[in-house]
Amino acid sequence: MSVSHGIPKQIEELLVTNRRGFLRNAGLLAVSFGIYGGAGLAEANAQSTASAQGPGPYPDLDFRQIDSWIVIHENNSATFYVGKTDPGQGTGTGFRQLMSDELDIAFDRTTCIMGSTDITVDQVGSGGSTAMERDSWPMRRVAAEARRVLLQMASTRLGVPADRLAVNDAVITVKADPAKHVTYGELLTGKKFNVTLNGNNVNSVTGQAKTKSIPELKYAGHAAHRDDIPGKVDGSTKWAADVKLPGMVHARNVKPPYACAKLTGIDESSVKNLPGFIKVMSKGNYVAVVCEREEQAIRAARQLKTTWEKPSTAPFPASEDLFKYMRAATPVPGATPTVAGGPGAAFAGAAKTIEAEYEIPFQGHTAFAGAHATADPSNGQMTIYSNDMKSYGMRRGVATFLGMPNDRVRVTYMQGPQGFGRTAAEDAACEAAWIASELGRPVRMQWMRDEETAWDTKSPAFLVKMRGALDAQGRLVGYEYNARSCDYNHLGYNEPDTVLIAQLMGQRRARPAAGSAALPSDMYAIPNRRMIGEVVGLPAVWETPLRTGNLRDPNGPQSAFASESFIDEAAAAAKADALEFRVNMIKAGTNDDNGFRRARSLAVLEAAAKKYGWQPRPSPGPRGTGKILTGRGIAYSFRGQTVVAEIAEVEVNRETGHVWAKRLVCAHDCGFVVNPESLRTTVECGTLHGLSRAIHEEVRFDTEKVTSVDWVSHPTLRHADVPEQIDIVLVNGDPNPNRPDLPPYGAGEASLKPMLAAIGNAIHDATGVRIRRVPFRDDRVLAALKAAGV
Amino acid sequence: MSKIDLKVNGHAHTLDIEPSTPLLYVLRNDLGLQGPKFGCGLGQCGACTVIVNGAAVRSCILPASSVKAEVTTLEGLAPNGRLHPLQQAWIDEQVPQCGFCQNGQIMTAKAMLDKNPHPTDAQIRETMNGTLCRCMSYYRVQTAIKRAARTLADQSPASQKEVVA
Repeated sequence: MSVSHGIPKQIEELLVTNRRGFLRNAGLLAVSFGIYGGAGLAEANAQSTASAQGPGPYPDLDFRQIDSWIVIHENNSATFYVGKTDPGQGTGTGFRQLMSDELDIAFDRTTCIMGSTDITVDQVGSGGSTAMERDSWPMRRVAAEARRVLLQMASTRLGVPADRLAVNDAVITVKADPAKHVTYGELLTGKKFNVTLNGNNVNSVTGQAKTKSIPELKYAGHAAHRDDIPGKVDGSTKWAADVKLPGMVHARNVKPPYACAKLTGIDESSVKNLPGFIKVMSKGNYVAVVCEREEQAIRAARQLKTTWEKPSTAPFPASEDLFKYMRAATPVPGATPTVAGGPGAAFAGAAKTIEAEYEIPFQGHTAFAGAHATADPSNGQMTIYSNDMKSYGMRRGVATFLGMPNDRVRVTYMQGPQGFGRTAAEDAACEAAWIASELGRPVRMQWMRDEETAWDTKSPAFLVKMRGALDAQGRLVGYEYNARSCDYNHLGYNEPDTVLIAQLMGQRRARPAAGSAALPSDMYAIPNRRMIGEVVGLPAVWETPLRTGNLRDPNGPQSAFASESFIDEAAAAAKADALEFRVNMIKAGTNDDNGFRRARSLAVLEAAAKKYGWQPRPSPGPRGTGKILTGRGIAYSFRGQTVVAEIAEVEVNRETGHVWAKRLVCAHDCGFVVNPESLRTTVECGTLHGLSRAIHEEVRFDTEKVTSVDWVSHPTLRHADVPEQIDIVLVNGDPNPNRPDLPPYGAGEASLKPMLAAIGNAIHDATGVRIRRVPFRDDRVLAALKAAGV
Repeated sequence: MSKIDLKVNGHAHTLDIEPSTPLLYVLRNDLGLQGPKFGCGLGQCGACTVIVNGAAVRSCILPASSVKAEVTTLEGLAPNGRLHPLQQAWIDEQVPQCGFCQNGQIMTAKAMLDKNPHPTDAQIRETMNGTLCRCMSYYRVQTAIKRAARTLADQSPASQKEVVA
């Protein structure tokens, strides 16, 4: 088997090593990612007659077979196959560490293939920071079972009971006679495992072997360089955006110029003489242009003349009126409050009552590149090359959308611009697939910047009203949290009837998703609480760019901005130190959960304070007299069992309103840490994502369309915003930090959650001014300072 | 369509394309150089950055026919398979998350260090400020640039002389 130029290293390895027919249907050989060796178009055209894929079908892999997860090669290396995707947090390297440990093979003799539906079992893909917490377990158990099976095979081969054998780096040795040994590769030559596992679903799959305890792990728990990084810095990684297929054409969308617009005409003569023009594709309100070359498609999409009718009523209020609208809107019925104690009596008997209202606007996914996918309809199949983090859902979604059987569709996961939830990559995949199936040629679809920023899914806007009752000792004894999330018709993942092309083609789901408005995540023992999260909707829920979908802890940053700002306000009202106020409220509780979240909450707060050098005093601090005012803020929350405390030190320029987070501290506890090196970078980047949402990000719109269309109108964090110092403290606050069964929890999302509040609290500490609306842009901060006479 | 001559990473090419075609699409689709990426098509993010005449330029808004000097892409930084100190620093500091922007980060940093081998923190922030990252790998990028600058200084003849002296 020859090496096909430009194929991703992992795929290449899988093709050139001894796969013994495992991949007979994969048909990846004719796919060229690098294009034609620089020989230009002539060779490209010559190759266009080649078939891109085999005849299929692509049945589901059996998760109960070891062979679906692990292949041992004759050269005593191993390839792991997991149904996960790694959008850039290093989980793929983490899986290798864990599986190498359980299999007892050297880490550098292993590779990991992820998330391609025809060659890896369905583990959904990624989402919710669950990679280590949930999805690493089945693969660990399978690897442990594979080791057990290999030991049995060696026992037979060597004529020695298994308990008298030792394993090291995939070599099984007779303990009493080390000269007698056999390798995994020698044991399996020419054979599959052919071992059936137990378990009703992929999450419960198991063999007989037990997984190792933490002290037995050689790779997991220790720093390992991520295996995807070298290719990303030398240019050799082949991304979903790089896929080139024989005969492939380029498509670009022509989006409606207004929300809910009705297409009334297409003048194809406006583009039909353009070079490379192939076809205008349209159904309902969906319009796209297809050309031979990429730049031709971009030009044709811009030049195509279309006419549209505006809706008779405004689809949404303008962004400056959003919170007024949300205040007056009628919530979706059905929300019920969570009540503890007697909040009414607590407020009636309060020594002091405080109230505040917080506003968090829509914030965008705004992936770094426009959504894209390539679809290959050859041989009666449909293959999608995508960076979407949920390849299996995409397979089902595309199959249903096109009316194809599941086993005729496969999705090959490849790297792409950051996938932080339900991104427009899913929309682009359905668009590419539809055009490819209509045209009978492979199609590469890519959204342009304005489409991506305006039409990607949004994190829902929140309006949160809070009340607090303080007793005579300054303790928070009553607490009310009333959240309204603008989240009606929240889009799920890869839904064939809610992807944008389906909406534009006129599909309507009878019951749009209800959406959600999360409650705060804290361990404060406030005796009397009333909390409710309600959802409101905009007038238009279909064919609108203001569509909501999961973005990294979908409600967390919003709810934590409100709740952790408010706790700070309560501390200030009590003239208490913001850290001590929190710690005292956690210590006032007595019950912990089985993950010791209360104990670990105290531990992260203590660790963050220690790292920062926190000196107790009430906020605001004494205000400076110069141009730059300095302050510090703390906030804490958890996401699942991952607990985070963050401290921000900010400089506020009172002449410009500019806020610079000079220093950030994040104390982070996610239980057992599989790879401290990649965790640190992930936490650091999550922290900065929180900073970006605190100071920059906001989707703007008028009453017809989203007006945030690029990096100027939906700004993001930049190099100049980066703190001078970031300290990440990996805490293990478990009461027994050395326990051998400490589980790994999630990471990635948790660190961005408290950051918005930490920044707001620091601004208050610096200036004495409480700003209850993010982002803390210069003009907003300056106006607030001026209004307060600062 | 018309004939266009391009020299990229030491190789000369003659291409028959529309002269206004942005350089990015020629590099990616005709020459198979996919280090440069499409991020915005507006020159705002830096994903498409290549080096021409020592300057980091945005190939998504640069007509291919206007390029008269040699183009260096990310693939051209390690011509003999030996990573450039910037690329090595990126690995040592484990900079990328998704990595889609890192072409722009590395190429912009390369052009900066070629002109200014010892940038201050403020100069790094200013020079890099138009090169965006949505995963927020900025802190690591800045650390890696400083690491690469130290490596380059150690490798330079002047510094070797100093060591000898």
